[in-house]
Amino acid sequence: MKLPISPLVGEMAGRPEGGDVELHADGVCGDAYRRAYAAAASVPDPEVPCVTVADLGILRSVEILDGVAVARVTPTYSGCPAVLAIELAVETALREAGFDARVERVISPAWTTDWITEDGREKLRAYGIAPPVKASNSIRALFGETQVDCPQCGSPHTERVSEFGSTACKALYRCTACREPFDYFKCI
Amino acid sequence: MEVSRDHFVTFLLRLADDHLILGHRLSEWCGHAPMLEEDLAMPNIALDLIGQARALYQYAAEVEGKGRSEDDLAYLRREREYLNCLMVERPNGDFAHTMLRQFYFAAFMHPFWEKASASTDETLAGIAAKAVKEVSYHVRHCGEWVIRLGDGTEESAARMKAAVEALAPYVDELFETDAVSEAVSKAGIAPAPASLRSSFDSTVQRVFAEAFLDMPETAWPQTGGRQGRHGEAMGYLLAELQHIQRTYPGAVW
Repeated sequence: MKLPISPLVGEMAGRPEGGDVELHADGVCGDAYRRAYAAAASVPDPEVPCVTVADLGILRSVEILDGVAVARVTPTYSGCPAVLAIELAVETALREAGFDARVERVISPAWTTDWITEDGREKLRAYGIAPPVKASNSIRALFGETQVDCPQCGSPHTERVSEFGSTACKALYRCTACREPFDYFKCI
Repeated sequence: MEVSRDHFVTFLLRLADDHLILGHRLSEWCGHAPMLEEDLAMPNIALDLIGQARALYQYAAEVEGKGRSEDDLAYLRREREYLNCLMVERPNGDFAHTMLRQFYFAAFMHPFWEKASASTDETLAGIAAKAVKEVSYHVRHCGEWVIRLGDGTEESAARMKAAVEALAPYVDELFETDAVSEAVSKAGIAPAPASLRSSFDSTVQRVFAEAFLDMPETAWPQTGGRQGRHGEAMGYLLAELQHIQRTYPGAVW
């Protein structure tokens, strides 16, 4: 039997499934931790501002270590040009919330679009970006097509215009039902 | 089994140089692609390559421990110190040539990263696990173009065939074995290049079958890049790549 994640932990950590978001060192969710986490988690992604770093699952953990708020952030893509901007924004948010702050970059385990929260997926859809199709990153899918639903009208009749879109994390699609072009958040 | 620091640094630099030089070559297309979508795609792929190169240079600098930074390694070495394979420094040629080169490189790197993500070296495993996801897109994207052009018009097929011929001498070097590659594969750090040949061949065969292309025959395999012996094109590439750091030493964004 699979037990549901306690709503408190889920809410506290915004914990994406499979992620390793840590509570602070002694496991106690103190007030300071709450404030630090909330501050870091509210930072919007600079390229896709409808979602926060927590929605995307790139904020891996927030801890209070010796009075310093330490946020760990992982890049979406190795060459993502927004990495520095994101790290700086998270650090700034923590400082504005009154903490001495440090941001660390972690690359392992590698970010996956499966870490985008349900909430984040909905926000992407509402923003006009089709959220990633789940769990299709296998070598078998290398040459296969995935079905991407149109975020505007919901039609499954869409076609890929280009594998690479306006940012590293998106591809360009077109809906053949409503004729609207749209971005697709690529599954990796 | 342990690998010597020299061998490990050389291995990392070869890998990093492949990615930097190919990323630079690809970025030359920015603003010149045959269509807008490709104008987005090629710099995107270049960005992935440069990102992977940065991670590798940072790690190489750390392992080397001589106080050189990733920028020193990327921008301030002399031509003979770059250890990239010859294929990546070749001039872009036409779009077919660029796409085939990228397809070859991705078809080689995909199984490489896949195996390296189980590396005994934790940092390399981390870099590999990210890179393999990115490269799977490169294989697909470039493979589709190879098919589209090879199975396209008379003109596009002729260009793709010419690209296969032009790049044929540079394929074998990817699988070259020497003391460095042997040492890192024995230590379980990275796969032996020769062990990736069957995976590479089956990817290429699959795409070539659809593209109506014949597998290349290599009459005169070119080699030497791993020892720092480069073709004429490399000097011009480095002149452009390095000129800001050479003109304004220490310049930062």
